[in-house]
Amino acid sequence: MYDFNFHSASSAHDAAAKLAASDDGSVMAGGQTLIPVLKQRLANPSDVISLAGAGLSGITKNGDGVTIGATTTHAAVAGSGDVPAALRSVAEGIGDAQVRNRGTLGGSIANNDPAADYPAALLGLGATITTNQRDIAADDFFTGLFETALNDGEIIKSVTFPNATKAAYAKFPNPASRFAMVGVFVAQAADGVRVAVTGATDCAHRGPKLEAALSANWSASALDGITIPADHLNSDIHGSAEYRANLVIVMAKRAVEAAG
Amino acid sequence: MATVSMTVNGQAVSGEVEGRTLLVQFLRENLNLTGTHVGCDTSQCGACVVHVDGDSMKSCTMLALEAEGADVTTIEGLAKGGEMHPMQKAFQDNHGLQCGFCTPGMVMSAIDLVAKNPNPDEATIREQLEGNICRCTGYHNIVKAVQQAAKGG
Repeated sequence: MYDFNFHSASSAHDAAAKLAASDDGSVMAGGQTLIPVLKQRLANPSDVISLAGAGLSGITKNGDGVTIGATTTHAAVAGSGDVPAALRSVAEGIGDAQVRNRGTLGGSIANNDPAADYPAALLGLGATITTNQRDIAADDFFTGLFETALNDGEIIKSVTFPNATKAAYAKFPNPASRFAMVGVFVAQAADGVRVAVTGATDCAHRGPKLEAALSANWSASALDGITIPADHLNSDIHGSAEYRANLVIVMAKRAVEAAG
Repeated sequence: MATVSMTVNGQAVSGEVEGRTLLVQFLRENLNLTGTHVGCDTSQCGACVVHVDGDSMKSCTMLALEAEGADVTTIEGLAKGGEMHPMQKAFQDNHGLQCGFCTPGMVMSAIDLVAKNPNPDEATIREQLEGNICRCTGYHNIVKAVQQAAKGG
């Protein structure tokens, strides 16, 4: 890893100021992706600004949903009674116990790995991302491979998940990494049925065909006969595009069954 | 270089580190606490697991400067007054190790596991230890050791 100047930010505002003052800085939450990236010399930031002391951790429930601070760890989400079961199960399935003790919600969605779990949950529940600059709907946030709608210097403060009538997440984990080969989050949300798919393409996305079928009939059998074209799906040593296309339907059915 | 200060195994320590210095490097190279191992150096194998403020973490995927002010426990901090920690004793009783390279991380993860799951069944133990790899494949006796320790030694 190349060396860098390390800073600890006292707030999101302070982190933005330190970032602006650096030549080519990078913010870090739990570091569970950034540190491996730095070790491989895939990034060479002049400065690394830690958000751990920025006061962005915590879970707040109200009548409409739950707001989770950006640096709240996966373990904290998985263990919180204030978090709906479907969202807890997403956090519980990320990485391993030690990664969950350090990895964060904000770090995961800012990185937007194509096989990450949280992006599917945000899209599936119609979450809102609050930054130091604005609120961004999840539908507008995940824009491409490791790309998000975040501007330079924009720092995630929290994510608000509205309540859903029913919701569940089903994923087929890569047996080695636990990243999603394919993961599908389904929900009967305030604005109707939402289905979000991760692991299959360059980033998590909604599944309009699946949403239409489940809006007409909320049951696993409603997805019988639907096929997902494989031509734009991820293909790697772990599974072909055709395999992932099939997994999308299988995981969607399992998610609907789990949601009840 | 920057100065980092933390508590390791109950002792206040400090040292000069670079921004890129990993916590495991600080423990091994500055403090000579070589019980914490570096296996894969890619946060997969768990040989480097230590406790930071009570939670198990991979010290190869944490910067030393991130542990500023933290309370760190390594494998060297478990035995008290010459008596092994019940988890260490359980690993000995059940022959929960072969070559021993993964053992420090395995024990540290297992202690956190039992603290958070006081009565873990076998499936829970195996699932919660998925971040620790034993290349001797000695998992069976490791699971038995964790079960013994969870039952109070």
